[in-house]
Amino acid sequence: MQKERKPLKAATKSNLITYGILIAAFIIVSIICASNDKMYQFKGMLVPLCIYSIMAVSLNLVVGILGDLSLGHAGFMCIGAYVGAFFSVLLKDNIPLDWLRFVISLVLGGITAGIFGFLIGIPVLRLRGDYLAIVTLAFGEIIKNIVNLLYVGVDGSGLHVSIKSASDLNMAEDGTVIVKGALGITGTPNDSNFTVGFILLLITVFVSLNLINSRTGRAVKSIRDNRIAAETVGISVTRYKLIVFMISAFFAGIAGVLYSHNISSLNTSTFGYNTSILVLVYVVLGGIGSTRGSIIAAVILYALPEMLRELRDYRMLIYAVVLILLMIVNNNEKFNLFKEKISISRFIQNRREAMSKGAKS
Amino acid sequence: MKLKKIMASLLAAAAAITCLTACKTDGNTSGNDSENNASAGGNVLRIGGSGPLTGDYALYGNGVKNGAQLAIDEINAAGGINGCTLEFKIEDDEAGEEKAVNAYNVLKDWDMDISIGTVTSGACIAFGAEAAKDNMFILTPSSTAVECISGDNAFRVCFSDPNQGVASADYIADNGLSSKVAIIYQSDNAYSAGIFDKFKSEASAKGIEIVSEQSFTKDNKTDFSAQLQSIKDSGADLMFLPIYYSEASLILQQAKSSGLEIKYFGCDGLDGILNMNNFDISLAEGVMLLTPFAADATDDATVHFVTEYRAKYGDETMNQFAADAYDAIYIIKAAAEKAGINADMSSSEICDALKKAMTEITVDGVTGTSITWAADGEPSKAPKAVVITDGSYKAM
Repeated sequence: MQKERKPLKAATKSNLITYGILIAAFIIVSIICASNDKMYQFKGMLVPLCIYSIMAVSLNLVVGILGDLSLGHAGFMCIGAYVGAFFSVLLKDNIPLDWLRFVISLVLGGITAGIFGFLIGIPVLRLRGDYLAIVTLAFGEIIKNIVNLLYVGVDGSGLHVSIKSASDLNMAEDGTVIVKGALGITGTPNDSNFTVGFILLLITVFVSLNLINSRTGRAVKSIRDNRIAAETVGISVTRYKLIVFMISAFFAGIAGVLYSHNISSLNTSTFGYNTSILVLVYVVLGGIGSTRGSIIAAVILYALPEMLRELRDYRMLIYAVVLILLMIVNNNEKFNLFKEKISISRFIQNRREAMSKGAKS
Repeated sequence: MKLKKIMASLLAAAAAITCLTACKTDGNTSGNDSENNASAGGNVLRIGGSGPLTGDYALYGNGVKNGAQLAIDEINAAGGINGCTLEFKIEDDEAGEEKAVNAYNVLKDWDMDISIGTVTSGACIAFGAEAAKDNMFILTPSSTAVECISGDNAFRVCFSDPNQGVASADYIADNGLSSKVAIIYQSDNAYSAGIFDKFKSEASAKGIEIVSEQSFTKDNKTDFSAQLQSIKDSGADLMFLPIYYSEASLILQQAKSSGLEIKYFGCDGLDGILNMNNFDISLAEGVMLLTPFAADATDDATVHFVTEYRAKYGDETMNQFAADAYDAIYIIKAAAEKAGINADMSSSEICDALKKAMTEITVDGVTGTSITWAADGEPSKAPKAVVITDGSYKAM
């Protein structure tokens, strides 16, 4: 006799599909990498793809679940990148185990970004709508400009910090300058690889999906949908907003650490508001609130300009056209109906219904 | 039903491939490598680089692109290097680190043998670190930050930032141009801050008094009245401008209208100021600058380069970047001929041979005569200073 299976909840099913897609993609990519000695371009893009996917998933928490527009996400990435890279360069020779050093710098970078998320969140999250967007934008720029002025060096007597120039650090002869103002940090050990990036992405997705479907997540969504109603049932708006903002900042920090350990030259020009907008574009085009969509959009939109390199001067033009087309297609009713038809979860659901009908008759 | 079958067979196929490749990879890697090198041969040497062909610094990237292409065409017309023809490819990196690494990977897929690195400093550090891992030879025309050539595979054509700062201070001191100097620099720009830092320490060693240090950032680079006022009050008789020409043109304009009478001295970033649109060149009269390239110099190399370049690409991108890149290709040629490079060698073998040859050659180019290199990659050549007279450069 066939045992009656308890039907999975819609959310769980959708989550399982997300994990399935991610793991399948990982396996296929690993196979391609292992079977090809060349394809350097493809291999080189894997870590950035993980980085921007993590960024998109974490921003999706703020934009999609909390419903607030944040334009300073690259600022948190910047904090994570600098803290992680600083730690690694500082203790390059003191911690012999590469993976241990990398794990510590990941945690440090993430936590520091999370703390900044908390500190910024206290004043900022009292604002709504446009005002919040403007303040987060300003915050991103402030972080960038402060980091740009920083000179930090280390010698026998400890750390030296200056915001004027390297010679103002007054260091002993044996000292080394680690953060060099506008030039940033150079010589960060190259610890990032695709496997680490993928694991971090999986963790981000796991935390994000579980948060969304938890009690906290439902409270957050109720704030998004109707703030006044949520307040009347006793939900503390500031508290829940802060939680989401911190988690989002934490993962942006992790993405930053991953970034700074992937490329040996780190400076603030990467973390301008262009990057914040770029990540926001991933989230919006992936469908606001959809974790899976954020990742897919990040992958497609990051890879596209690189794939179009052959077209030389026209590639940015084509990139823009693709963005516009995606926007139009995403809002097209007919396309959405078609998407419904071919969706995997719908397919499984139909099959299950057909099977249960068959079992009953 | 059908979809499930397809998925299942796909998964099975994937699993099977995993098993196969797992056995295959270890044994076959070395074999594949030699195959690749052989197929990359065919009497062609591929030279690759990356630079900002679009975006804010496109003028620099396109200068390098055209300058290098000009040299490549000339060399190919004259029979190539050791019988090998040259191919040249430059990828766009928008002056960003991440894009530069992507560009490097694209060039590796293209079987690049020798690289001219990148045009800008930040990008070059990232590009160079990847190249150092592969032992790929780099000769960057114009990346000035010290860290750009930290690997022993990397060399450069231009002066480094600190060297420019030192050279400027020495030049001012040795020629008795001034003893009270004011500086305006861009604090969030690595090039400008790097020169400023070294200039400051060298100036104090040479007995030049710095009476005013003013800075600006990328976000407030249009109004310099506050900086100019305090320079006026400080009583300086020379203003040192280790900045780019677009900001310098504004400073010159605003200093003129505020009635500040002072001498100006700049570095190679000021090169290009005479070609700016809507700039009154009479304002730049008397400005001194250190630059490796002056288009109206009368030596044979420069005259040849300028005529050929003008005929092919026009005046717009004819700057020191183009000249540096033109020289870079000829320097690679000189080193490759010295080392006896041929197309059958792998990029790593070429790198080892070129590294050694670079320290043994002496090159006369557009950007300097009798240039030699130390093993650390820094060029040694006499700095050229020019003064702007009647709207054109005159050697000092």
